[in-house]
Amino acid sequence: MAAGTEVETGQAARAEASAPCISLSGVSKSFSGVEVLRDVSIDFLPGEIHGLIGENGAGKSTVGKIVGGYYSRSSGDLMVFGESVTQWDPPLALARGVAMMHQELQLVPALSVAENVFLGIEHSRVGFLVGDEDRRLADIAAFAGFDLDPAATAGSLSIADQQKVEIMRALAREARVIVMDEPTSSLTHDEAERLHGVMRKLRDRGCTIIYVSHFLDHVLDVCDTVTVMRDGAVIRTSPAANETKASLIAAMIGRPAADVAYPPLPPEPDRTGTPLLSVRGLVTSTGVRGADLHLWPGEIVGLVGLVGSGRTEIARAIFGADASVAGMVTVAGEVYADRSPRSSIERGLAMVPEDRRKQGLVLTQTVRPNITLPHLSAFARFGLVRAGAERSEARRLIDYFGVQPGHVDGEVANYSGGNQQKVVMGKWILGDPRIVILDEPSRGVDIGARRRIHEFIGETARRGAAILLISSEIEEVLGLAHRAYTVSGGRVTGEIVPAETTVDEVIWRLFHEQGADKAGATA
Amino acid sequence: MTTSARGTEQGISVAAALRFLQTYAVAVMILVLMVLLSLSSNSFLTVQNLINILNQNTPLAIMAAAMTLVIICGGFDLSVAAIFAVASVTAAWLALNVHPYAGLMAAPLVGMLLGFVNGLTITTLNIHSFLATLATGLVYRGIAILITGGTLLPVRLDDFTWLGRGRIGVVFYAVIVLVVFAVALTILLNRSTIGRKILAVGGNEEAAILSGIRTKRVKIVAFSINGFAAGLAAAIATSRISLGQATAGTGMELEAIAAVIIGGTSIYGGQGAVWRSVAGVFMLALINNGFNILNADPFYKDLTTGLIIVAAVGISAAGRRR
Repeated sequence: MAAGTEVETGQAARAEASAPCISLSGVSKSFSGVEVLRDVSIDFLPGEIHGLIGENGAGKSTVGKIVGGYYSRSSGDLMVFGESVTQWDPPLALARGVAMMHQELQLVPALSVAENVFLGIEHSRVGFLVGDEDRRLADIAAFAGFDLDPAATAGSLSIADQQKVEIMRALAREARVIVMDEPTSSLTHDEAERLHGVMRKLRDRGCTIIYVSHFLDHVLDVCDTVTVMRDGAVIRTSPAANETKASLIAAMIGRPAADVAYPPLPPEPDRTGTPLLSVRGLVTSTGVRGADLHLWPGEIVGLVGLVGSGRTEIARAIFGADASVAGMVTVAGEVYADRSPRSSIERGLAMVPEDRRKQGLVLTQTVRPNITLPHLSAFARFGLVRAGAERSEARRLIDYFGVQPGHVDGEVANYSGGNQQKVVMGKWILGDPRIVILDEPSRGVDIGARRRIHEFIGETARRGAAILLISSEIEEVLGLAHRAYTVSGGRVTGEIVPAETTVDEVIWRLFHEQGADKAGATA
Repeated sequence: MTTSARGTEQGISVAAALRFLQTYAVAVMILVLMVLLSLSSNSFLTVQNLINILNQNTPLAIMAAAMTLVIICGGFDLSVAAIFAVASVTAAWLALNVHPYAGLMAAPLVGMLLGFVNGLTITTLNIHSFLATLATGLVYRGIAILITGGTLLPVRLDDFTWLGRGRIGVVFYAVIVLVVFAVALTILLNRSTIGRKILAVGGNEEAAILSGIRTKRVKIVAFSINGFAAGLAAAIATSRISLGQATAGTGMELEAIAAVIIGGTSIYGGQGAVWRSVAGVFMLALINNGFNILNADPFYKDLTTGLIIVAAVGISAAGRRR
């Protein structure tokens, strides 16, 4: 048995007592050339709750998904109950007793609790259901200590109760290892506590739980062992009892500054006049619970927060892509109510959405119609599109961003990620918007496109537009923005000035605020 | 590195082949059919036979042309046959009771109104167009029966029958109407803002919404045009047989959808062309005609048509999967 090299003393003692049930050694993973996991070795022991923590993009979810069979590894070994596995996918994993609980729960909303739990493994006799699900469910519920109405439809349950159904689903398949990906992200404090109670009970009965989370308090509360990841690599694995919140954050940060040069910051904006965009008390049903922010002309403002903190939701609510429940938005001092993408565009707002393929581009069309889509009427006379004017404008923007290949009618579906992103940027800059919201503009693009996008942000601010920049890369925000707001739990929690802080300090602050926020929710 | 590059190249050439098939398969098949039929029968390649095929299929071709827009927009319309029936009996009734011209003009307008109701139903109730038009189709068919009281409405008036029967030289008026309508729709789809929006909504509805496109309006327009076409087709067909009947058009909705799909318009929306749907109609018509001319067992006709539709849908799905 290859014991992990990074295992510290406490765990090593237990490793002798019991062989690991899941063991990764030297596992690497790349997505289209970008390495997201580097030489990861972790042992998960029987009967432990093992936390996986790290900053955005540290690779913790990727490890969970490799164990659950949702991602294949690029290299390295995966041992499951002492056997090295080559073929590995979710059904195979389940057959071997490894279940995964996703962040988005995967229940059939119209089916009952019992039907969901036994979906696909119903007892049948000559093709007819025996109908003993309720009795079988009672056994499992008793084991887990749940009290759910077996006949209730899954869709009518709270998120916390739906998670219980997912857990029972894993237990019904005799799962001995359960991977939970951010299970507490949509739970209240009390619900999270109760989930932890269930996890402890499962552990005491021999289950292993791999707990992927960025809530450090939760991890410290329930885990026996914690593995800290940073930048796709394991920093250390140690007994949770030896760790504190401070020691964990210290392990997560300290990444050497990447060798990226950012273009010079545009001049400090004049903040004495009316803000170009003001948002007060914004609340939505999508998870924004109070956002206040102000952007002045020529200002680049970042929104930093952990994944799931509500950054995207704030942007969508401002742009009118989602409805708001409360709050006020003013544009250049004018109240902007009844927001919709259409009227936002008319008022000079632009939003580059986070998923360029799903939200940014019409992949069945070429570059030209994609670029002019939000401003089609500007290119029309008597309802007909003036192709000449449209071509020359598309040409101008393709050249401005350096889209490759540079055909006006190129098949954008076949372009690289970076060039697709440039097309989306071109589409949104076309009307010279005065407020530009950028949601993860440089995610998954090559270095060249990234640099071009960074330059573009500066150029746009210089001509007087206000820019709201959302990025999971804190470094990027600090390198590009005049100012940034921190977001946690759907709220804007504070303000930072990049010149006066470091990436480490921001990470420190984000992980601390999230704890304060959870405590606030219970009070 | 090299293997992956080769993999992408192969992927692109497969995609190009699929796209070529989607675009020109219907034209190639029409050509092949015409050559085969000319070789195997003397009565096929006669002016009279070809003109008859063309003329007989104008109503269906008009409906298929407009159905293209609905399918590109990401929808289906199962109610067009019933709209055809309502327009048919309305035209006949007005021709008898008001004026023949009033009847001919009312048919497309009634059709457009019913199409508008379809669009409104789909967008306000937010249900799939397949279900919505299945239901409205039954309602419309019921309305057609109510208008006639179950009887036939013969209209033997020259002022009414000219549209379906008249011709300039060898060309029927109806064929001219078809050509004008198909060209107009082609321009609408490829050159107008609304056409661009239809392509965008069908290609990626979420991106269209975020681009400020009022997608509901776009869908309502597409369904209204489709209803208009069914009414126009009904005016021609009713005029030709000089008879309004509530059971008119039965089955045409599926023939129109089949023609659009055979023409290579993607069933997933976002891609397609009007001329190919018209070609799809004539391909179905040629198969039909061929079986008649050759006196072949009609059992094989449905079988052949079915297999061609399966092949067309298969190509469409393969293009989607890559």
